[in-house]
Amino acid sequence: MAGLAASLGSGAMTNDIAGIKEADVIMIIGSDTTAAHPVIAARIKQAVREGKTKIIVIDPKQIDIAKFSEIYVAQRPGTDVAVINCLMQVIIKNGWEAKDYIKERLEGFEELKAEVLKPKYSPENIEKISGIPAASLIQIAEMFAKAETAAVFYAMGITQHTTGTDNVWSVANLQMLCGNLGKPGGGVNPLRGQSNVQGACDMGGLPNVYPGYQKVGDPAVQEKFEKAWGKKLSPKVGITITEMIDGAYDGKVKAIYVMGENPYLSDPDQNHVITALEKTEFLVVQDMFITETAEFADVILPAAAYAEKEGHFTNTERRVQRLQQAVNPPLDVKTDWEIIQLIANAMGSDWNYQSVADITSEINLLTPQYGGITWDRVGRLGLQWPCPTETHPGTPYLHKDRFARGLGLLKGIEFKEPNELPDEEFPFILTTGRVLQQFHTGTMSRKTQGLNNLAGPMIMISAADADKLGIENSEKVRLSTRRGEIEAPAFVTRRISQGVIYVPFHYKEAPANRLTNPAIDPVAKIPEYKVCAAKLEKIS
Amino acid sequence: MKIMINGKSYQASPSETVLQVALRNGIYIPHLCYHQRTGPAAKCRACVVQVEGMNGLQTSCNLSVRDNMKVITDSPAVKAAQKMVVDLALSTGKHDCLACEQNGDCELQDAAYYLGIEHPSYQVEIPDYPLDDSSEFIYVERDKCISCGRCVVGCNQNVVNEVINFAYRGFETKIVFDQDLPMGTSSCVQCGECVQLCPVGALIDKRARGKGRPWNLEKIETVCPYCGVGCKLELHVDTLKNEIIRIKGVEDSPTNEGMLCVKGRYGFDFVHSPERLTKPMIKENGQLREAEWDEAINLVASRFNEIIEKHGSDSVAGLASAKVTNEENFVFQKFMRREVGTNNVDHCARL
Amino acid sequence: MKFYRNVVLIGIDDDSLQSGAREIETLLKREIARHNLSDEINVVEAGALGFFGTGVTLMIHPGQITYINVTKEDIPEIVEEHLLKGRTVSRLIMDSVYSRGYDFNYKHRIVLENSGLINPDLIDEYLGTGGYEALEKALLNMSREEIIEEVKKSGLRGRGGAGFPTGLKWSFTAPLDAKQKYFVINADEGEPGTFKDRLIMEGDPHKLLEGLIISSYAVGASKGYIYIRGEYKLCIERLQRAIDQAREYGILGKKIFGSDFDFDVEIKVGAGAYVCGEETALIESMEGKRGQPRSKPPFPGVVGAWQKPTVVNNVETIANIPGIISQGADWFRGFGTSDCPGTKAYTIMGDVSTPGLCEVDMGTSLRTIIDNYGGGMKNNRKFKAALVGGAAGVFLSDKLLDVKMDYNNLHEYSAVLGSGAILVMNDDVDILEMLWSVIRFFRHESCGKCGPCANGNEILYKLINNLRKGEGKKTDLDQMLQISEAMFNTSFCALGQSLLLPVKSAVTNFKEDFLKRIN
Repeated sequence: MAGLAASLGSGAMTNDIAGIKEADVIMIIGSDTTAAHPVIAARIKQAVREGKTKIIVIDPKQIDIAKFSEIYVAQRPGTDVAVINCLMQVIIKNGWEAKDYIKERLEGFEELKAEVLKPKYSPENIEKISGIPAASLIQIAEMFAKAETAAVFYAMGITQHTTGTDNVWSVANLQMLCGNLGKPGGGVNPLRGQSNVQGACDMGGLPNVYPGYQKVGDPAVQEKFEKAWGKKLSPKVGITITEMIDGAYDGKVKAIYVMGENPYLSDPDQNHVITALEKTEFLVVQDMFITETAEFADVILPAAAYAEKEGHFTNTERRVQRLQQAVNPPLDVKTDWEIIQLIANAMGSDWNYQSVADITSEINLLTPQYGGITWDRVGRLGLQWPCPTETHPGTPYLHKDRFARGLGLLKGIEFKEPNELPDEEFPFILTTGRVLQQFHTGTMSRKTQGLNNLAGPMIMISAADADKLGIENSEKVRLSTRRGEIEAPAFVTRRISQGVIYVPFHYKEAPANRLTNPAIDPVAKIPEYKVCAAKLEKIS
Repeated sequence: MKIMINGKSYQASPSETVLQVALRNGIYIPHLCYHQRTGPAAKCRACVVQVEGMNGLQTSCNLSVRDNMKVITDSPAVKAAQKMVVDLALSTGKHDCLACEQNGDCELQDAAYYLGIEHPSYQVEIPDYPLDDSSEFIYVERDKCISCGRCVVGCNQNVVNEVINFAYRGFETKIVFDQDLPMGTSSCVQCGECVQLCPVGALIDKRARGKGRPWNLEKIETVCPYCGVGCKLELHVDTLKNEIIRIKGVEDSPTNEGMLCVKGRYGFDFVHSPERLTKPMIKENGQLREAEWDEAINLVASRFNEIIEKHGSDSVAGLASAKVTNEENFVFQKFMRREVGTNNVDHCARL
Repeated sequence: MKFYRNVVLIGIDDDSLQSGAREIETLLKREIARHNLSDEINVVEAGALGFFGTGVTLMIHPGQITYINVTKEDIPEIVEEHLLKGRTVSRLIMDSVYSRGYDFNYKHRIVLENSGLINPDLIDEYLGTGGYEALEKALLNMSREEIIEEVKKSGLRGRGGAGFPTGLKWSFTAPLDAKQKYFVINADEGEPGTFKDRLIMEGDPHKLLEGLIISSYAVGASKGYIYIRGEYKLCIERLQRAIDQAREYGILGKKIFGSDFDFDVEIKVGAGAYVCGEETALIESMEGKRGQPRSKPPFPGVVGAWQKPTVVNNVETIANIPGIISQGADWFRGFGTSDCPGTKAYTIMGDVSTPGLCEVDMGTSLRTIIDNYGGGMKNNRKFKAALVGGAAGVFLSDKLLDVKMDYNNLHEYSAVLGSGAILVMNDDVDILEMLWSVIRFFRHESCGKCGPCANGNEILYKLINNLRKGEGKKTDLDQMLQISEAMFNTSFCALGQSLLLPVKSAVTNFKEDFLKRIN
């Protein structure tokens, strides 16, 4: 989200789900939408079948939604900036960019031009780099740029790279160049992967910002929170999750408090994570289950499930929606906020929330975007932030007349190769992701046997590679990288490019993140899950 | 505009159909194939009414209102026609309510109730349709199917998975998956849209069978705990047993319009999993043991205080969660920032 | 044009082909050549000559001598005796086979005027009869409105069965301002016992084509389709040849006859589902979907094929158009009755002497048709019933033998003209069995879209099966009436409504045939 925040001034899906049907063209890049966001995929497919919308799919796997596409192409993983720069070159060379829009609403066009017009981004050259035929690149550029309204939808396929911020910025560049921001049906639309990842970010579950993206280190912000909370606060930006693991590994971080997360399976380079967790002097895990991470904990605190509590989730389109309690938690299980309040008070503090609604009121006071999203106003169908006041109707799409930062900022982004490329020893590119039937580290989805019956661990390889290595479908194979190895049945398909291997990361018995590269994006600190070098072997 | 139904005047808007205006005003007209999310199909023909100035009977589900339209829904002739349509449907399927999962939530039953059909008047042999239990989460009982087509529209136009369609002809018409494959081996992804739309007990939630009558279940709306789309769920709960029996999508939600995926609809077992933690646990000599809350909380608080004292606030880090509420994340970061005194708070947004 | 001493018409239609018409034609030409008569005698392939079940049929002009059931063995004799020596071969002449002479009624034919007289594979023969003059007149001398006005004035009503006024139907579509409109010929002819459209298309495909072009011009359609059932192989062949020839002559394509009208035609082959004769199901099928009816409104004339305004008309209807345009509405009104002008093509089947096709004035009585065109009752048996209008028609008793048959008149007797199929039954026939076969047909052809039709047909079938087996009850008859009544009132399309007439007429007019099976 860092790229988006820098270019547009706000890091969230700019448009809403209902607006999907307004788009003439939708580009899906780095999102296996039908698997990871099935209901949004349904809305996109509806738009296609209704005849108005055409879609372009760019993905190393021929994902299900490619069936609905006007154009489908596979890029070599990690070449997104090159591809998007190339599209922009074609657009500018043909004069298809939104000229008035650029003049009135953007800055940095000359700088962008200087980068993307470089000969190395010519379609012919990018064909060599990305594997996408030059003619297809030109066709995509034309279709996209000439659309009245075009949207880009992406997910972790764009962000989980050492160049993740660059990738996001490139997408934003493309959308600004074509004038697709600030209108219904357009936009830059990162699909958020977890039920309340948007809310966790909005609520300041980040080391550099307070709730509402108010910057740590900004004296006015610090003063605001110090006044509200009646305590001195640290002006120092904190550390990210990967840095926490590194810190624990190095002995600088002594205690970690984990609420409802499972870094054991979700973080890169699992062996490194294990050592770090072992070294942590005091680890507290608050969860519904003894997760793989909780095995390392000194104290585990049982927490309530979503159906057992009240509160709000904020979805990928910034819609704040109410959770209602449907069942009682098991005896002796408390909700997360109750537990946190207990700890705070046991440490000698003075907390006194009587209900969830008390917290909601405090959010309303301290988070400008949530100012009008009060307990009583949310209603059955929710409200979309920004919604600063109690009379504000909420905001279906952002940047309507101006960008959050004023002028939208175009920026030339240079293409950089991924951190780890295939070589003789590790000749394959490994990329990771999700399947429809499982979720994240499996803590929730794997408790339903039917889902496990439908989708177990697998290593997806191309039919051509399988032929070459003599691997049969469903045959157990070994996949290794410089960081470790896993074994799982091969899933042989023509839907993936030769030389590329795909592994879903849900399974503790075949954890993809034992293999992944912990190299991170320098700005957003996201690890490069989508590209690393790997070796595939027959076991027998 | 206004229309008259059975002699009384009602407000209507031009985009409405006669059936919509009637239902909105509590005037029941039997209908089996109309659903707000699949639109009028005029297939079941049970919703016929009489309209002044029009020849014969009209299906009300696809009849747009006109100003001053005069509609009769309950004359003997109209009800006789409706009754015959519903009777024919009842006569040509295995509609035994006693153990049917849909009992109490069945639109065919509603129609029969309204029209006073106690037993079907005719009995014909129906094709031998074996129960299709090949899929993980859905039972297909074709002998209860009334070919209303809602599942077909739902699968093709709502979730656009394009798996279900009608095959064969006439009385042999049945819904099929792909080229008439068992549901479990077809390309169906078990999103359950068809189950949600089925007016009878032909497509049902396999695991909910026998677990609770609809009228005994409380319905509570909340938000799906899986991906970030934020689909609104309707949880059907046996409150006495404190158990979620089944989940449906909230039909008027702007995010999901009633649709769900296989995880959101069927992946709720974790809530009642025997593996759930029910007591705090403390590690002693490398082994976890159960503890009371006081002990666990005091231990956490004292250890945090010690470490902060000894190594400084920045030696403590916290992971908030993309899976808990805004309120919980808010107090978590407040805890880290205010009580611990560090900005070392993050979560797995990136992972 | 060359003059011949004799012209031999050989009827080439689906039936005669099965009797070896092609071989016989070859042999005939060879025999003629052997006698050095090729310059004097012309053998012409024609469409059906007007009979059914008469094998290979030759008609020799002058004299209109008709030989039926001709075999290979008969050819040398016919050539030597008739063509060489001028003596007829009496044992093969139709008049001697049947008790009465056959009335060809040429003077009162419109849609079949050329059928059996010209070679349908040669556009020049059609042109020679004045073909495409109506088109030229329409395109060059008449406005669209004038054409529609003329058709309205003619009183032409749809010949597919429903009898909707054709000009009125067009007038819904003509004024619509749409970029694309379509004109579709319904040549699905699925009504059992009906094959008039087949014989029109086989005998005179250019007449249909000319009618289609004029009609399309009138409503502003630039593309025409002929939706034709797949079994009609010869029709498809001949129509395609006619289309190709018309294209070659500039009668199809851009700027026809120098007007600003562009038009082309495509043949769409159906798979033989009865329901596809219903215009919206036909359109669905044409679009490549399951052949099932659509909700009306919107009517196809407004929202039709591929969502564009589309007029669908029956073959026979459109085959009337060239005549109406070239000779005027008044000429057309010279045929038939004042309510229902024009002619009607009938197929006469069953227990008559000469089953086959005829075209007669509207208003002709059933008795006249049976006697003059069906050759009377076969073997002089007693007339018991006639199923008029196809399977969806009515079982008429002898009380109605003298009713003048047209749309309005029959309606007064709760009967319909339908497709023009007449199935004549003698007193051996059990009406219950006939109704059973009708119900079985509808049960088989119900598309399954709506409940009352799919379920109702099934239950009717079960009830009549019980009656047939002698296991029925008297109340079953009432139930059958109630069900078919409800089906009529509630079914989605005409298919489900169809059974009311046959069930009601059979059970009412021939009650004894049912009661005798009930103990």
